[in-house]
Amino acid sequence: MIPVAFEYERATSVESALALLAEHGDNAKLIAGGHSLLPLMKLRLATPGVLVDIARIPELSYVREDGDAIAIGALTRHHDVNTSALLAREVPLLAHAAGQVGDPQVRHRGTIGGSLVHGDPASDLPAVLLALDADVVVAGPAGTRIVPARDLFTGFLETAVGEDELLTEIRVPRVAGVGWSFQKFSQRACDWAIVGVAALGAGDGRGPGVALVNMGATPLRASAVEAALVGGADPAEAAALAAEGTEPPGDLNASPDFREHLARVLVRRALDEAATR
Amino acid sequence: MQVTITVNGEERRHDVEPRLLLVQYLREVLGLTGTNIGCDTSSCGACTVLLDGESVKSCTVLAVQAEGSRITTIEGLAEGDEWHPVQVAFREQHGLQCGYCTPGMVLAAVSLLEECPRPTERQVREGLEGNLCRCTGYHNIVKAVLAASGQSVAVLDTVRPGAVHAPTIGEGPAS
Ligand SMILES: Cc1cc2nc3c(=O)[nH]c(=O)nc-3n(C[C@H](O)[C@H](O)[C@H](O)COP(=O)(O)OP(=O)(O)OC[C@H]3O[C@@H](n4cnc5c(N)ncnc54)[C@H](O)[C@@H]3O)c2cc1C
Ligand code: FES
Ligand code: FES
Repeated sequence: MIPVAFEYERATSVESALALLAEHGDNAKLIAGGHSLLPLMKLRLATPGVLVDIARIPELSYVREDGDAIAIGALTRHHDVNTSALLAREVPLLAHAAGQVGDPQVRHRGTIGGSLVHGDPASDLPAVLLALDADVVVAGPAGTRIVPARDLFTGFLETAVGEDELLTEIRVPRVAGVGWSFQKFSQRACDWAIVGVAALGAGDGRGPGVALVNMGATPLRASAVEAALVGGADPAEAAALAAEGTEPPGDLNASPDFREHLARVLVRRALDEAATR
Repeated sequence: MQVTITVNGEERRHDVEPRLLLVQYLREVLGLTGTNIGCDTSSCGACTVLLDGESVKSCTVLAVQAEGSRITTIEGLAEGDEWHPVQVAFREQHGLQCGYCTPGMVLAAVSLLEECPRPTERQVREGLEGNLCRCTGYHNIVKAVLAASGQSVAVLDTVRPGAVHAPTIGEGPAS
């Protein structure tokens, strides 16, 4: 399968990426790891006229301490998130979940920023960043702004990042020692989740975070579960509310009813596991 | 658009269309047909090559994205007449039948052993999750990778009557 012909530009800095986006308008599309965009282009479901390759912008690939937060460059690959010693210590939920994305080949190419801006409700990392209450940094023509993860996902494959903007950084809180769990139910090893759950215990003035993969048009917080936990419910009572407020899709893998059932089972498992670590 | 890519140690320079996939570049421009195309949808791993030493699916990389990189294909793995240890192990352990998945499987294994030189059986199975094989049932592929890492694989051939778990390497029985 061969994509429709396009022009190819390589950005060397955030400024040059923004300038190329401004020059080509909505005919242009950024490409990072290409592991969501290229499959769509090969199926001709995406037909950008100009690809702006940001993968070589050196200053956007890093994991580092930044005050209270851990800052992760948007172009950091899943493999590097998965193997970061700093993340393993400070945000083990994220390091672990990055190792569950696709397969090693996918993790050698795909980036955390691309995973977020693609906005696929079936992706793993968006739910993880929701559960962590992360922030993202977005650069655009008017300067830089910070968007909380909970405001990032606006619709199916849609995010608050504009077509003339670039996501540059993900900021996650340090949660060393806080209980966590990531549950991914899929049919075959390297598949997307049929349903997934990211859970983080409460701590440091934060309530518990529970988020769902593939339970609606966007990645979702399981708000009813979180509220029940804050109100003192035990894991079984809270998990029974996992499907509240969701609109899960039905497809070849699972009906909406089965997804609701999976959400309740997986949230229960996640809360139980989080309580043990 | 001009690309300069070092393929199997040799610097190659070509004018390519931006939409040319790396796998097409290798097969059709360079004539290196050892890299197979299976699914063409990033699922099967048949097209796996090493990009700067790491496994990637070359049906999901543009040739222009590989500008300035080092690519290793199955043709570039042996040193002269000396096969790579992973190639030797695949032959000795019968890690292939029809051979279609084999170039990708071997390169995925090389990348895995680079990151994890002495893997457990489970780490091998998980490390090869991006590569499908229609023939072998995987058992002998897993044995080949463990053997290539210098571990004895004799235990994997033992069947204990009445045993609940198959014997495994590097950890307790799988739960
Ligand atoms: C076989 C296979 C299996 C997979 N399995 C999983 C899985 O199990 N779980 C999972 O979560 N994901 C999975 N993925 C998707 C993978 O994680 C992708 O890497 C990821 O979704 C996109 O990251 P990317 O860097 O490849 O983005 P690209 O494909 O390059 O870009 C995706 C979109 O984001 C935009 N974009 C990229 N970076 C930025 C940025 N910094 N700022 C603004 N816009 C940007 C692009 O314009 C494009 O619209 C799989 C992919 C494949 C091919
Ligand atoms: S041909 Fe590339 S993954 Fe199947
Ligand atoms: S040996 Fe035939 S597909 Fe693997």
